[in-house]
Amino acid sequence: MKYSFASLFAGLVFGMGLIVSGMANPEKVLGFLDIAGLWDPSLAFVMGGAIIVGLVSFAVARKRTLSFLGFNMKLPTNNRIEKRMVIGSMMFGIGWGIAGFCPGPGLVALGAGEIKGAVFVASMVAGMVLFELFERNRARGDSETDREFAGSDAA
Amino acid sequence: MIDIAWSQFTPGAALTGGILIGLAAASFLLLNGRIAGISGILGGLLTPVRTDILWRVAFLGGLIGAPAVWALFAQLPPVEINAGYPALIVAGLLVGIGTRYASGCTSGHGVCGLSRLSLRSLVATLSFMATGFITVFVIRHLIGA
Repeated sequence: MKYSFASLFAGLVFGMGLIVSGMANPEKVLGFLDIAGLWDPSLAFVMGGAIIVGLVSFAVARKRTLSFLGFNMKLPTNNRIEKRMVIGSMMFGIGWGIAGFCPGPGLVALGAGEIKGAVFVASMVAGMVLFELFERNRARGDSETDREFAGSDAA
Repeated sequence: MIDIAWSQFTPGAALTGGILIGLAAASFLLLNGRIAGISGILGGLLTPVRTDILWRVAFLGGLIGAPAVWALFAQLPPVEINAGYPALIVAGLLVGIGTRYASGCTSGHGVCGLSRLSLRSLVATLSFMATGFITVFVIRHLIGA
């Protein structure tokens, strides 16, 4: 329960930050991505502000095995730069550039009652479902290959 | 060279909002021990683990509820969404599939990953920034939409 309250708090503050920073407004995000037009550098300041706080918090977190509420620290352990990770990021960037929405601002726009925000979020969730289906197929394909290898071994 | 849109540039609000985002990520990290990656928190609900559902919904509820809480105290700033519905659908699909293959988005890789000095997240962030810049260049300056 503590865990979920902390989550609610973090989500709420995150959303407030997106609204204050102007990043909940896709047109402002696109103003940053439009480097060849009239460029609005605001997004870089948002990232800068967030990362300054982030650097401190991760420096503290790194020294701990339990969080301040007593939960296990679950920090990412994968440092590999896989092709699928890069291609996925590139796909994400294209989608980001088309509408000016990344996941957080999309959810905030949905919460603000914007129909277009809701359409974006619905489509984004559909994309995530497609990812799960692709992954499931891949896992099935892999296990079939494994069986074939096992079969050929047995033969 | 680069023309800065001085009339739109809001460094103070951007920095303040950024610090709030950083505090949100920091509280999630230091209280719950997790990375505040929005695409991962949402995507994890699609293959639900029973003990994970409540906190994921709570985080997303906070995010979605932020405009309503804001509206209790002040008027919400305008949201300008100029993309049409077909563009929003294509964008949503690309963002949904892409962020899951990338294992993160602007929050997980861009804010948290860079904060923990992860090379993997730096590569991810440079990748989505690059294609974001290129996409807007193509749409606004080559196609001229």
